[in-house]
Amino acid sequence: NNDVRSEQEVVDVGADEILVQVRVLIGSLNSIFKRLFDWQLSGPDYKSTKGMSSPSTQFVTSRRMGVYEPLHQIGMWEDPFKGLTSQHGIAATTIVEVDGLDKPDYTSNESVGPSKNDQEASIPNEKVQRRLAQNREAARKSRLRKKAYVQQLETSRLKLTQLEQELQRARQQGLFIGSSALDSSHMGSSASLNSDLAGITAFEMKYGHWVEEQHKQNGELRNALQVHITDIELRILVDHGLKHYHDLFNMKADAAKADVFYLMSGMWRTSAERFFLWIGGFRPSELLNVLMPQLEPLTDQQLLDVCNLRLSSQQAEDALTQGMDKLQQSLAQSVATDSGNYGSQMAAAMEKLEALEGFVNQADHLRQQTLQQMSRILTTRQAARGLLALGEYFHRLRALSSLWAARPCEPA
Amino acid sequence: MHYQTQSWGAYVAPRNMGVDPLERIEKLASENAVVIFSMSTCCMCHAIKRLFCGMGVNPTVYELDEDPRGKDMEKALMRLLASSSAVPVVFIGGKLVGAMDRVMASHISGTLVPLLKEAGALWL
Repeated sequence: NNDVRSEQEVVDVGADEILVQVRVLIGSLNSIFKRLFDWQLSGPDYKSTKGMSSPSTQFVTSRRMGVYEPLHQIGMWEDPFKGLTSQHGIAATTIVEVDGLDKPDYTSNESVGPSKNDQEASIPNEKVQRRLAQNREAARKSRLRKKAYVQQLETSRLKLTQLEQELQRARQQGLFIGSSALDSSHMGSSASLNSDLAGITAFEMKYGHWVEEQHKQNGELRNALQVHITDIELRILVDHGLKHYHDLFNMKADAAKADVFYLMSGMWRTSAERFFLWIGGFRPSELLNVLMPQLEPLTDQQLLDVCNLRLSSQQAEDALTQGMDKLQQSLAQSVATDSGNYGSQMAAAMEKLEALEGFVNQADHLRQQTLQQMSRILTTRQAARGLLALGEYFHRLRALSSLWAARPCEPA
Repeated sequence: MHYQTQSWGAYVAPRNMGVDPLERIEKLASENAVVIFSMSTCCMCHAIKRLFCGMGVNPTVYELDEDPRGKDMEKALMRLLASSSAVPVVFIGGKLVGAMDRVMASHISGTLVPLLKEAGALWL
């Protein structure tokens, strides 16, 4: 019993520490953004950027920020502020001095000062023009770099905020369970909370491996379909592919026991895949739509069987959807009305939530059955093509998610 | 299948008193082509009802939570299915088909529709 309790305490302390660090990072990101916007309005303070000390130190002292690890990278930002200064009418020469990277022509370390007139008067006009053009170009590049960097920071801040929220929730769960009962059930609950978190972590790891293995199998199928391979060998590959999906559904069943909401949220999948989410996974009808164009020509019997499969899977899908809708309605009702007895009302709501795991399992069961039936209808070669098509479809969706996340930001 | 209450002033022996719940289940199951044992609060039961209705079948539904002998029948079904949930459970042509997963598997594999036609629940 003591071991379990201290285990819970360790988890609590660990979560606390992580929360603190996450908040510190969010705080520093927020102050970076604030400074950014302030500077854009008022222009940087160039008086303090004298000499060629290391960019990060210079940046830190001139911007009067606290010293955190992440800020070393911000030294790169020396460049972006040239773009700003040119907007504020400070001389091109001062810009040149600050940026040691893009201007190899200038070797002299003239100190940055507000007055430009002395320096400019003695330089011929064409050189000035050339220099101005170079400065404009450098300023433009710096603005683009800054934009990209800011976007990266925005993404990081968003992720950190999400992480903070998740930690909060997990922490609160732990607190809730801990404070609700000081009897022996406390021990059981602590143990189960730990094992739930462990279950989800294990799932994420296994799923990562699953995706890698899927990619490998896609490659094998692609090769096998291009060379002359016997049907028996192809059948082995097809059976492996089907078993791979079967493994996924088993993994998901375990994860559903640990945290059904996690599974339903689709957080274990990429963003584009999540767009298509239906009860914790892909729709069986979506599966058929992806496969069908790949499988022609089909015999008449096959066409009939596929039509029947289309119909029955759609009907099953609709039935489960309606069941879920009813569950939502029922849950909303039991939470919305104030029965006057908070405890029993919550208990009733909890009981309703337990039905979720059943729906996720049935949805996965339906996915599994649809895959099986397809493999029964198709020839080995067609099944191989189908599996490859399915694997590539999900691969492309994942790639799409990455591209989307990395797309350039629209100018504000 | 209801028995009279005490308001008659005389003791009237309820019909099927002492009948084994499993026997009652089998009897009810044989009386219609498609029989579903359900509970009004169960959402999976709702899903299975919608499945049959969507196929054009009109099942006979018994809500165990609204039946005075429901509790016993529920326990009997749990033993029959070797499962912690008694409902939903489907009988077609008097024979046990099973819970949601069996029904769905049967539908996807194409064996459900012939079974329904054989029991006279579906024409076409």
